[in-house]
Amino acid sequence: MNIEGKRVIWKEYQKEIADDHYFYVRSCVRQSFFPGSETTFLRILRDELGKDVYENPFHTTCTGIAYHGDILPFETTMTVIARQFALMTEAGYENYIPSCITSFGLYSEVLDTWHHFPEIEKKVRDFLKKATGKEFEKPKNLAHASDIIFKFRKEITSKAKFKLVNRFTGDPIKVVEHIGCHYSKMFPSKGVGGAEYPYVLAGLIEEWGGDVIDYPERRHCCGFGFRQYLIRANRGYSIACSRKKFESMQPYKPDAILTNCPGCPYFLDRWQYAISEMEGKTYGVDGQGIPVLTYEELAGMVLGYDPWDIGLQIHQVPVEPLLDKIGIPYDSQKKFQGKNGENLGQPATAHSLTFYQG
Amino acid sequence: MIDFGYNINADRQIDYDRNDRRLARYILEHEPTFRICISCGTCTATCSAGNFTYLNLREMIVLIKRGEAKNIKSDIEKCMLCGKCQLACPRGVNTRNIILTINRAIERLDF
Ligand code: SF4
Ligand code: SF4
Repeated sequence: MNIEGKRVIWKEYQKEIADDHYFYVRSCVRQSFFPGSETTFLRILRDELGKDVYENPFHTTCTGIAYHGDILPFETTMTVIARQFALMTEAGYENYIPSCITSFGLYSEVLDTWHHFPEIEKKVRDFLKKATGKEFEKPKNLAHASDIIFKFRKEITSKAKFKLVNRFTGDPIKVVEHIGCHYSKMFPSKGVGGAEYPYVLAGLIEEWGGDVIDYPERRHCCGFGFRQYLIRANRGYSIACSRKKFESMQPYKPDAILTNCPGCPYFLDRWQYAISEMEGKTYGVDGQGIPVLTYEELAGMVLGYDPWDIGLQIHQVPVEPLLDKIGIPYDSQKKFQGKNGENLGQPATAHSLTFYQG
Repeated sequence: MIDFGYNINADRQIDYDRNDRRLARYILEHEPTFRICISCGTCTATCSAGNFTYLNLREMIVLIKRGEAKNIKSDIEKCMLCGKCQLACPRGVNTRNIILTINRAIERLDF
C-alpha cells in the first residue's frame, strides 16, 4: 500500500473531537450483537483516561433502522433526535458521542438539514415542544465513539499490555478495516480522513503495531444495508455483499477484520458462518474464519482486558487464533461462563467453520 | 448444508479480469469493425430471424465484449445470414462477417 499520498489526503480531513465531558448514547443493536463493546468503551474512558462520560437511561433509538428501512418519515426521525439532544441539554452536556455509525450518520444528516433549512429546525422544535414540552441546544461537538478512541490512541498505547504483533513470526498483525458506510461516505468532512481514505480505524491499527491491509473491495458495503437485510427473502443481497468482501480480502490473508458500525461486525462475523453452512466455504486458514473485532474490543485487547470481559465469546467466528498469535492469555474453560459464574451454555458446533479449541 | 430461507445472490459485476474474452479478441482480430458498434440496436430491430426467435445481435455483441456470451452457440444458429442488419447498421459494422467469424471461432476456440 502506497501511503505517502494518502497521508496528505488524511491530513486535509481532520475533524474537531472534544476531549472531555461526553454525553454518550448506546446503540440499540450493538448491546445484543457485541454486548462487551460499549462497556469496554466506558471502562477505557472512565478508568484508563479519567474522562467524564454521562449516560441517560431515557435515551431511545435514533430511528436509524426504521428510517433507512423506509418505515419512518424524516420528520419523525428529526423529532426523536431532537429529544435526544434535549436529554443532553438537560444534563448540561454539549459533546454528543453516539456508539453507532448509523446514528452518527443520521445525527450528521439532521444537523446538516437544519443548517441549510432553519425553517425545518424551527418546525421540529415546535413538534418536540408540543409532544414532550422539551427544548434543546444542538451539540457543540458531534463525534463517533471510534473518533474518541482514535483521539486517545497514543494514551492507550502508553498503557497497553500487548502490541499487534504475531509473537510466532515477529511480523505485525495484518488487519483489514471497515469503517461503515455511514461514518464518512455521506459527510466526508465529518470523518477522520474523509470518505476515500478514512483513517479512524487505520490509525488505531498502525498505532498499536499492526499492518493495515488494503484490498480491492475495502470500501464496499458490509451487506447490512437495512432494506437488504430486514426482509428474509432479501438477505441474498446482504450476504452477497459480504461474500464479495471476503473473496476480495482472502488472498491477502488478514489475521483480523476491524470494524466501526454495529451492522458491519455483525454481518462480517455472522455471514462467515452462514456462508460456511450454505456453501461449505471458509475464509481463514484450516477451515477457520477471519476474526472480526469492534474498535473497543481491539482497544480492550491491547490494554490486556480479559477477552471474556470484553465479550469476545459472543462472536460467531472464534477469536482465539488471533489471541494466540498476539499472546493474549484466556481461559477456555471460562469462555461460556457469565459474569456471575453461571454457565451460559455452549453453542452448537458449526458444520464447516472450525470451532477453535485452543 | 442449512437452508436459511434465502440464497446468496449471484454477483452482477462484470469482471474483465476473470471473464473469458477469447471470443472478443478473436473477432477483433478478424473483423475490426466489431470495435465501432455503438449498441444502438438497429440490427436487432431489422432482423427477421429476431422477429420470430430470440436472436439479438446487439445483445450478443455486448455480451461477447464482456466475455459473458454463454449461449452464443445456440443463439448464432438462428441467424440465416440474410445481411439485412448490415444494410441497416448506421456505423457500417460488417455484421455478417462478425457472425461468420463467431461461427469459425466457436469451432477453433472450442466454445
Ligand atoms: S444476417 Fe442474421 S442477424 Fe443479420 S438480419 Fe439477417 S438473420 Fe438477422
Ligand atoms: S446496428 Fe450496427 S452499431 Fe447498431 S448495434 Fe447493430 S452492429 Fe452495433
